[in-house]
Amino acid sequence: MNITLHVWRQKSAREPGKLVTYKRGDVSPDMSFLEMIDVLNEELAAKGEEPIAFAHDCREGICGSCSMMIDGMPHGPQDLTTTCQLHMRTFKDGAEITVEPWRAAAFPVVKDLIVDREAFDRIIQQGGFVSVNTGNAQDANAIPISKEAADKAFEAAACIGCGACVAACPNASAMLFVSAKVAQMAELPQGQPERYRRAKKMVDQHDAEGFGACRNHYECEAACPKGISVRYIAQLNRDYLKASVAVAEHAGRSSGPG
Amino acid sequence: MKLDAKIPSGPIAEKWDRHRFEVKLVNPANKRKFSVIVVGTGLAGASAAATLAELGYKVDAFCFHDSPRRAHSIAAQGGINAAKNYQNDGDSVYRLFYDTVKGGDFRAREANVHRLAEVSRNIIDQCVAQGVPFAREYGGYLANRSFGGAQVSRTFYAAGQTGQQLLLGAYGALSRQIGSGNVKMHTYTEMLDVVVIDGKARGIVTRNLRSGAIESWAADAVLLCTGGYSNVFYLSTNAKGSNVTATWRAHKRGAGFANPCYTQIHPTCIPQSGDHQSKLTLMSESLRNDGRVWVPKQKGDKRASQDIPESERDYYLERKYPSFGNLSPRDIASRAAKEVCDEGRGVGPTGLGVYLDFADAIKRVGESTVAERYGNLFDMYERITGENPYKQPMRIFPAPHYTMGGLWVDYNLMSTIPGLHVLGEANFSDHGANRLGASALMQGLADGYFVIPITLGHYLASNPLEKVDTSHESFKAVENEVREKTKKLMSMKGKRTPDSFHRELGRIMWDNCGMARSTESLKKALQRIPALRAEFWENLNVPGADGDTNQVLENAGRVADFLEFAELMCMDALTREESCGGHFRVEHQTPDGEAKRNDEDFCHSSVWEHQGVGKPATLHKEALVFENVKLTQRSYK
Ligand SMILES: Cc1cc2nc3c(=O)[nH]c(=O)nc-3n(C[C@H](O)[C@H](O)[C@H](O)COP(=O)(O)OP(=O)(O)OC[C@H]3O[C@@H](n4cnc5c(N)ncnc54)[C@H](O)[C@@H]3O)c2cc1C
Ligand code: FES
Repeated sequence: MNITLHVWRQKSAREPGKLVTYKRGDVSPDMSFLEMIDVLNEELAAKGEEPIAFAHDCREGICGSCSMMIDGMPHGPQDLTTTCQLHMRTFKDGAEITVEPWRAAAFPVVKDLIVDREAFDRIIQQGGFVSVNTGNAQDANAIPISKEAADKAFEAAACIGCGACVAACPNASAMLFVSAKVAQMAELPQGQPERYRRAKKMVDQHDAEGFGACRNHYECEAACPKGISVRYIAQLNRDYLKASVAVAEHAGRSSGPG
Repeated sequence: MKLDAKIPSGPIAEKWDRHRFEVKLVNPANKRKFSVIVVGTGLAGASAAATLAELGYKVDAFCFHDSPRRAHSIAAQGGINAAKNYQNDGDSVYRLFYDTVKGGDFRAREANVHRLAEVSRNIIDQCVAQGVPFAREYGGYLANRSFGGAQVSRTFYAAGQTGQQLLLGAYGALSRQIGSGNVKMHTYTEMLDVVVIDGKARGIVTRNLRSGAIESWAADAVLLCTGGYSNVFYLSTNAKGSNVTATWRAHKRGAGFANPCYTQIHPTCIPQSGDHQSKLTLMSESLRNDGRVWVPKQKGDKRASQDIPESERDYYLERKYPSFGNLSPRDIASRAAKEVCDEGRGVGPTGLGVYLDFADAIKRVGESTVAERYGNLFDMYERITGENPYKQPMRIFPAPHYTMGGLWVDYNLMSTIPGLHVLGEANFSDHGANRLGASALMQGLADGYFVIPITLGHYLASNPLEKVDTSHESFKAVENEVREKTKKLMSMKGKRTPDSFHRELGRIMWDNCGMARSTESLKKALQRIPALRAEFWENLNVPGADGDTNQVLENAGRVADFLEFAELMCMDALTREESCGGHFRVEHQTPDGEAKRNDEDFCHSSVWEHQGVGKPATLHKEALVFENVKLTQRSYK
């Protein structure tokens, strides 16, 4: 296949970037998108030019490293597919393809197609877990959990933390990411004790990181390579509201007359 | 180098209990005076860092990824073993212990394996408490599936994403400790050396993968949890970044490397499609619960699978190993696949493939049940190959997958460098010459959640440590070495990329030190590797600068280490004059082509001491004593 690529090149966060064009012949339809770039990078490196920097690791659609905006779509045109799992047979011979990094204020560009997604880690650090020390646990079968709840929790837990939801959102909101983690825990008995507090703390951190508010565009669900559903966002909003009321009540009580 | 495994005395079932009573403890108030470096935050590292921080230690954790959640552990698919006996099918701690020792072809240390089987039960409890959404039955209780090498159902799973869910659990625990300030997390930071002072590991030197800064970190103990080295073959099921650098550089500082030739070739991976191939994709072993493996009976049969009638198919695993059938252990299933392909009965465009067929299962339980069990794997297969496995059988072929070898550790998970502990796939401890499916996740979490918190305390409480900080001259010396090496990698400006060297090395290793090894092939590899390494250090080209993100430079450092390590791996394979588990020497096989062990001469772990690059390493032996399991010819017939 023949392919023309327009790739975002940017040396660092401090310097401006631009699209650079590369013409490719000899692209095999069996190549993954990243393998196609590998071959280009090998040629660039052999010429002493700097290869295109891009994030990747597992190449199995599970680590959430790969993150390319392909023709304006996070992870490209194929539904439920990460960039690393996208294969060239998806494109037509002669196609022109534009490749850019995720764009969001909370995801600054590191280099070329790599962005800094540590904001996601900081959100999880605020409550994306059950506070249980090693050794605390009782027997795993002590609390039965309905298959339905377990399956639902699993569906929400399938998020790979890639950030496609943010890249797709006109407001660069990360509510799909936050709501998936909150929903996983909310489905399970183990998640109940910290349920509302978790929702509040994670949303507050989300806002502090500079992600935008959710305005129900639902582009995130369409872009998510794992098919995480936007209904989690509605559920998160309810949990957040409850948490805020509880906090307000608490504040009200403590500031009231003894 | 002195090898003292420090196996506690007493009957096997009491050793761990006894040890826990006998070890020295650090009192709660003193724990915060001790600092610990944890390198790697996959299952082993994340669970260790979180648990040590919960106990009160001051922890600094490092990974080269941009987030701990992206470690290679995330990709594990099929499941995690535990001797819960929830199925009431005859499982027990002793049976898991026995299966693991036998599965490892009697080349593991009994005491470690028994401890692993004991704590396996606590792991599942811990993970459920963290909110890991394991698969469940309608009654609300945990579901199990079967894995190779076992006749009981003891594997816990979360669809085909068990590693992801377990890692997210451990990452959650770690994040909680980072959030509360007990762990300082250093992402995007690659450890490039260990610093040894007065014979003890006292810190590491790292390179920041964003700024290029070379920095030193001091601590009272260092934990390496840096994963395995399957990528020495270039093409493997491991993530692209997985590498041998941390353990190899520790080896060069004095840590013994044990059984580097024990590598696992996984029977069920998607076959290679072309020269552009960058990695191989695993199709979980769990598929063999329902999939049947076959090839045509006729050599060179080019008919499509559906045109080959039942009577002309050879379900060779069921035929050769009737009691385990499609669930034969990995080493055996891989070799059997190689055999039929060598006979010219392989399928697919390259002839390097066998069928894994779900037609019977779909008939038996229906497409929707099959989809529920393996849906994500079927989808992944279709995305990669463009073929629909609900309609036609999958094509699979063996690929490098896991490494049983690693840094030698004693019962306390300490290497031959005092203070340097090694956890997870990076150590050599529990799987002997072949790992059973679903046992790596178990081992990583056992090491991190339940073993190291006890044994590290013992080390810290029984070894008086002088205060050192990074201004110590040893740190400066190691930093300089690391800087020099980086400079050298940048300065050659030759003609070849690190990847081209890596591919060539991988080819040498796969052809000569892969599924079948011989004196001749190994000697050939031992000639070619040093020559390739010499060319690397003259003809490498790394563009760009070292003061910023430079993925070619990162890769170059890793390939440089593989080029040294590969030689030790072949040396180990050459000196082990027997076949055992994943190590198959063509000279040593039974008349029907099975691995033939030599217990008289090789019932030991081979532990290598570094003597300088290109110089022969010194071999030390840890004799393996089997007091509980009787050494037998391993049979799955
Ligand atoms: C596709 C696949 C499927 C699998 N499925 C299963 C399964 O179903 N069941 C099972 O039991 N096992 C399975 N395994 C095996 C299992 O996943 C691994 O053995 C296990 O996850 C290894 O965990 P770990 O913590 O030891 O290392 P890893 O998860 O590899 O983590 C290594 C860590 O070390 C860091 N690191 C490495 N080097 C450095 C350095 N120099 N400096 C700083 N940081 C460094 C990395 O950033 C990472 O955080 C599978 C493996 C593969 C490849
Ligand atoms: S590289 Fe891991 S998800 Fe794409």
